[in-house]
Amino acid sequence: MRLLATIRLAIRALRRNKMRSVLTMLGIIIGVGSVIAAVSITTGATKQVEDRVSALGQNVVTVFSGSFTSGGARGGWGGAPTLTIEDAQAIKAEVANVVAVSPEVRDRNQVLANGLNWNTMILGEGPDYPQIRSWSVGDGAMFTDADVRGVSKVAVVGKTIVDQLFPSEDPVGQTIRIRDIPFKIVGVLAPKGFNLFGQDQDDTVVIPYTSHMRRVSKRTFVNSILVQCSTADAITRVQQDITDLLLQRRRGKEQDFTVRTQLEVAQAMTATSKTMSVLLGAIASVSLIVGGIGIMNIMLVSVTERTREIGIRMAVGARAGDILVQFLVEAVTLSAIGGLFGICLGMATAHIVASSTGWPTLTPVSWIVIAAFSSAIVGIISGFYPAWKASQLDPIEALRYE
Amino acid sequence: MNPVIQLDDLHKTYQTGEVEVKAVRGVTLQIQPGEFVALMGASGSGKSTLMNTLGCLDHPTAGKYLLDGVDVSQLDGDERADIRNRKIGFIFQGFNLLARTSALENTELPMLYQRHRIAGPERHTHALRALETVGLAQRADHHPNQLSGGQQQRVAIARALVNQPALLLADEPTGNLDSQTSIEIMGVFQKLNDAGITIVMVTHELDIASYTKRNIILRDGKVLSDTPVTRRLNAEHELAKLKQAQAEVKLA
Repeated sequence: MRLLATIRLAIRALRRNKMRSVLTMLGIIIGVGSVIAAVSITTGATKQVEDRVSALGQNVVTVFSGSFTSGGARGGWGGAPTLTIEDAQAIKAEVANVVAVSPEVRDRNQVLANGLNWNTMILGEGPDYPQIRSWSVGDGAMFTDADVRGVSKVAVVGKTIVDQLFPSEDPVGQTIRIRDIPFKIVGVLAPKGFNLFGQDQDDTVVIPYTSHMRRVSKRTFVNSILVQCSTADAITRVQQDITDLLLQRRRGKEQDFTVRTQLEVAQAMTATSKTMSVLLGAIASVSLIVGGIGIMNIMLVSVTERTREIGIRMAVGARAGDILVQFLVEAVTLSAIGGLFGICLGMATAHIVASSTGWPTLTPVSWIVIAAFSSAIVGIISGFYPAWKASQLDPIEALRYE
Repeated sequence: MNPVIQLDDLHKTYQTGEVEVKAVRGVTLQIQPGEFVALMGASGSGKSTLMNTLGCLDHPTAGKYLLDGVDVSQLDGDERADIRNRKIGFIFQGFNLLARTSALENTELPMLYQRHRIAGPERHTHALRALETVGLAQRADHHPNQLSGGQQQRVAIARALVNQPALLLADEPTGNLDSQTSIEIMGVFQKLNDAGITIVMVTHELDIASYTKRNIILRDGKVLSDTPVTRRLNAEHELAKLKQAQAEVKLA
């Protein structure tokens, strides 16, 4: 018998017992539906985390200075005076696949303007900083190399600074005082929002690192060096090259810095959602097994009910294989339709969750394919035994069955 | 020309638990093309078992069975299914039509299991022709529950004919029918037989048996008697007589 004709036959048989077919499908529908909904929600969450990680900058490798130890108390990374501007220049000059480098000096300070004051993060950076952080300058422009060389008193401010100190006027061209030193505002950074750690990234004033080191913090060392690689594939290589270069520059002394990549941050962040995925997979398989048992049960009932039909078919020449395929196709049709409805239900649920809670949801195509395939496979597995039982009936007995 | 059926010392023994039941013990007979045979016997005489064996629903324990010249006694399940499909048309006492399936689709059923595929429109044509043969073409789209017993049996006959088998096997085809419908069905059989179709029919009604050409009586799994029918009834004639009698009753 042709497959198409067999499928048509199966649909007809299922339609004869509409209520029963729907109830049997329900197991698969709910199983697949809940998995698709849950996957959509966690994928949305993971995507959000990934977006935030990539908001840290494109292909960025960060060099932190080592921890310092003072009177037995050990500071964290970035505290010790071990990284210099020369290190940054060496990285830029000698490491391949590096497109931009920005030495970073950070310090919290009180800033004044307009008769208002605000405590904020003062960042000393190079002119490539916005490019490295994928952060655009909205109004005005970023300071230039010339400003860095000239130790200029210029600043680019974040949105929060504008809100707090310049609530009703255009800040570009205005003066902001850091430690009583007037800095001219040349640009305003586009709003970036909170970072992964819940810090307000817009609450910052960016000035040339030379100005920061000589005028504000009076330091000779930088806290960290931001390095942007040309491609994502180069990140690991660049990380190793920087480590080698800096070790070489320290002539065999102990490593007093650490090189981190975005990738590591992202991995830590997505570890949770991976655990969630495994958990979901487990729930999915349990619910599909339950659905499969339901199908097997109903198929066994169906085979018994239709013993006479099987006998008739065998009498007119159906082979055991024909009967096997007929019932198998029926089971697969049942589970596949259930799977499709389940996918729709899951996506609808995700949509409702998204619109009612504002959580970002995303249904990956791969999971839709997985769900469709696994429901079909459940149909094959759970339909096989009843179908095999049907095909092994003795035609004489089957014809006599009341 | 080969005999349609050639049985050579056929035995069939069932093993039910500890007990061996010898249902058929040494039957030898030949049925030629164009014959119309009634197989009779009391219950337990082995006629049902013989019927199942003739229909390739079962295989003999010993002996040889040549169907249309081919030895079918040692075939496996799938091979027997193919033989049933191509060479044998079954007609049952309880009609055995698929419920909620039209007469036309019931008639098409054996064609669905043919090894070489038959296209849908061609199946329709064949099935309709078979229904025409039994005089039911105008009921092709009726479901079994919309048809009378006699009509259902005609659909079953159409289904049995549709693959143009070498042999029609009927198991008590009139058992569920009233006398007038029984005669009508025998009329269908006689017409088919006149057209050259070989028919073997199990029955326990003597009058039904006398519509055939040859009566074989079984007892204890052996052939007791095998005689040609001398005073053969003609269904058309009998039906006319019956209608006349009915009319007279009404007149009186």
